[in-house]
Amino acid sequence: MKYDQARWTDDSDDLYEPLLSEKANKTVDIEDSPLPDDLTRNSLSLPDPAEPELARHYTRLSQMNYGVESGPFPLGSCTMKYNPSFTEDVAARADAAIHPDRPDSTVQGTLALCHRLQDYLGRIGGMDAVTLQPPAGAAGEFTGIQIAKAYHEHNDDERSEVVIPDSAHGTNFATAAMAGYEVVELPSGDDGRVDIEPLEAAVGDDTAALMLTNPNTLGLFERDIEHIADIVHDAGGLLYYDGANLNALLGRARPGDMGFDVMHYNVHKTFATPHGGGGPGAGPVGVREELAQFLPNPHVRETDGNYEHYEPANSIGKVHGFYGNWPVLVKTFAYIARLGDEGLRDASAKAVLNANYLAEQIEYEVPFGPFHHEFVASAGDQDAADAAKRMLDYGVHPPTTKWPEIVDEALMTEPTESETKRSLDQLADAFNAVASDSDAELADAPSRPAAKRIDQVTAARNPRLSWQALDDT
Amino acid sequence: MSDSDSHATGSPYAPQTPAETAAMLDAVGADDLESLFDVPESVAFDGEFGIDARSERATRREVAGLLGRNADLTEFLGRGHYDHYVPSVVDDLAGRSEFLTSYTQYQPEVAQGFLQALFEFQSMLVELTGLDVANCSMYDDATALGEAATLSQRVRSVSGDRILVPEHLREGKRAVLSNYAEGPDLTVASYPMTDGVADVAALSDQIGDDTAMVYAESPTVRGVIEERLGAVGDLAHDHEALFCLGSDPIALSLLERPVDIGADVVVGDAASLGTGTAYGFGLGMFVTREEYLRQVPGRLVGASEDAADRRAYTLTLQTREQHIRKERATSNICTNQAWVALRTAMHAAWLGPDGLVDLAEDCVTRARDLAGRLDDIVGVKAPIHGRHHFREFLARTDQPASAIVADLASEGFAVHAVDDHLVQVCATETTAETEDELVAAFREVAK
Repeated sequence: MKYDQARWTDDSDDLYEPLLSEKANKTVDIEDSPLPDDLTRNSLSLPDPAEPELARHYTRLSQMNYGVESGPFPLGSCTMKYNPSFTEDVAARADAAIHPDRPDSTVQGTLALCHRLQDYLGRIGGMDAVTLQPPAGAAGEFTGIQIAKAYHEHNDDERSEVVIPDSAHGTNFATAAMAGYEVVELPSGDDGRVDIEPLEAAVGDDTAALMLTNPNTLGLFERDIEHIADIVHDAGGLLYYDGANLNALLGRARPGDMGFDVMHYNVHKTFATPHGGGGPGAGPVGVREELAQFLPNPHVRETDGNYEHYEPANSIGKVHGFYGNWPVLVKTFAYIARLGDEGLRDASAKAVLNANYLAEQIEYEVPFGPFHHEFVASAGDQDAADAAKRMLDYGVHPPTTKWPEIVDEALMTEPTESETKRSLDQLADAFNAVASDSDAELADAPSRPAAKRIDQVTAARNPRLSWQALDDT
Repeated sequence: MSDSDSHATGSPYAPQTPAETAAMLDAVGADDLESLFDVPESVAFDGEFGIDARSERATRREVAGLLGRNADLTEFLGRGHYDHYVPSVVDDLAGRSEFLTSYTQYQPEVAQGFLQALFEFQSMLVELTGLDVANCSMYDDATALGEAATLSQRVRSVSGDRILVPEHLREGKRAVLSNYAEGPDLTVASYPMTDGVADVAALSDQIGDDTAMVYAESPTVRGVIEERLGAVGDLAHDHEALFCLGSDPIALSLLERPVDIGADVVVGDAASLGTGTAYGFGLGMFVTREEYLRQVPGRLVGASEDAADRRAYTLTLQTREQHIRKERATSNICTNQAWVALRTAMHAAWLGPDGLVDLAEDCVTRARDLAGRLDDIVGVKAPIHGRHHFREFLARTDQPASAIVADLASEGFAVHAVDDHLVQVCATETTAETEDELVAAFREVAK
């Protein structure tokens, strides 16, 4: 399987598609405005394409971009599954496009949908109450850690540390620091899982929470989860579940049943809302009953068929200016409703089978196991980043590279349930072709995407972050 | 005719055939799918969620049924979330799956399209503000303000922990700021406003060497255009505090350039271009001076060259970010609002500079005209502040504001009660055809 990405190049041959500002810029002087001159700017200079030019510009740009509908996208930890088309239509409904300042009595439909989604997510995660407000996974982490902080403060219990395994997502560390905690990093055991001995040493009176991903970023289930929960709870800490890998467990195990007190859901991963080139996502947070009093303001509740916003008794306040990423939540609801129990279980089963099957087909070493939704292969003597560039030439998006660091030259691979056996075989062929390619071939890659290998060092050393900063405009 | 497909009992988006599943299980040496789950018995879930699968058509009907319970109101609501007309071409182009279903551009060689679009978005914000560096997005204006506050503490040469914000500030925005302020031990305090604008003398009394940042908005949450932003900026700089300005891209098309009034950071909601009302769904913009580049939160797209010596784009300066720097990152943000930024850039380009300036001027004159018409009604004074307004304004009513809001709702209009006798009204080009009706209804309910 090979793939030549569309490549639009300018006549001058020193750039690909020209910038809008290079095609049709216009400067407008601001005169005779309805405001006094001292309150206005003098002029405005921006692109001014006619609609046909605009359409062609962005269509060409889209052709120089790779998405889930272009081909396999096994980017580890990102769950790049197929995004059902119909959810776009559902979210685009005119009666979904309402203003957040309306009185509750006039938005009963919106509140009812939110309430139903809160309920669904609670059932799926084994949690008693769920807020939809956090606009992304990291925002969910921040919400959850602020809840843990409020809980300890409510109990007059001063705690200063958050414990995080070394294999965790970078956001966990950054979130704990943002919330004002010291980070205690936990070394992984030889089997790639949490090592109980250093955990016992790390957890104590200062521990506000342990943040854990399960299955972890190596795709391994933390089999000692109950013991881990006991250690944290006995020390008075809370157990936080990073929901990035929930697609591995739907209907097989629930964070609430494993002893987790707080969790976030990455709906753009597990529940197939599109990733949009980096966002928007949404990061709802679920909690146990005793933590529901700390949820963000407002929360949605139902009484006798009427829905209303209310402020939980000891709310942490707000994490989004309004109610979060509403259109994404509508898509989430539609996806869960479409799949139901059977579909959700099937999604996880096929995601796990696909990861295990692919791991079996590739020639790179794949340490650890047994895997769930993802695995981390090692590129061995090859540079994982170079191997990834070469994979682009074989028509697939490469895995996440060089992370987690506990595997040398890591290729973190998550095929998701969206791939057929045939596409997994093609993906395996791409891995295996790259594995036997020479270092020189890897260093020259890629040649088939729109751009050749991009110079990252120059980009960072001499930052040019706008067309105003380009020399030739 | 059936509205289901052949995958009714599993996920319709997991395309393996039973034969493929069997072959794959065989290849991995597993007896069945369940045996793949390495979950101890004691924590295994053997229950049901109790969620019935629906067909695509049934799901759409269900959502239609739910949302159909929303009252059909003509909204004259704003306060940070605005309804501007979004041309069809934006939905059409942004909906292309190559954009919509892609992710963060970790492999820039296959993501030149989105990277260039984000580079163009950043560039538009640079033009609108006159500042040097814009990131690709924050979640919304409130979280962008929170990030600005934490940045002010990081870049300040002397210690300072006080963030000063205007008295008139959306409550939700202040609540988010307070949450961001908690970790780094910042305190948030308000400075007073006089007749709708910053009271510069009072701010001068209040500001001190412990002030890390002064925030002002134009237009304010009440729609008032600030008149002495330069003086606010000077005060901030006299105390080595950052001056952060809140605005939006439409207002910035007409109002003073932030660089000219001394702004160090510009935040605000940019989804007013590209996305209509969506229950508060936003796009946080974050623009600042080059000297703070290494402290900027979130993603940045930069220009570089590829091996063919052609200009190409890539995410850059990633050592600021959580996936590299972990607890020393400038922010925890990862997933952001990139696709919303794409829409904003498309809409801005569709309007062009003439269209943007016209739209901004319309926001000034429409609010002025509508306020004037309401002011003619007995029992109504509008606007209450003798200032220039943008999109929205406050009206004082003899009748209680809650009664005005309720009575107008029964006539099919939504306005916002600010205080006992204060009502806020917002108008954009999307309300053009309904303003006469609002004025007529107002006349009835204001008696």
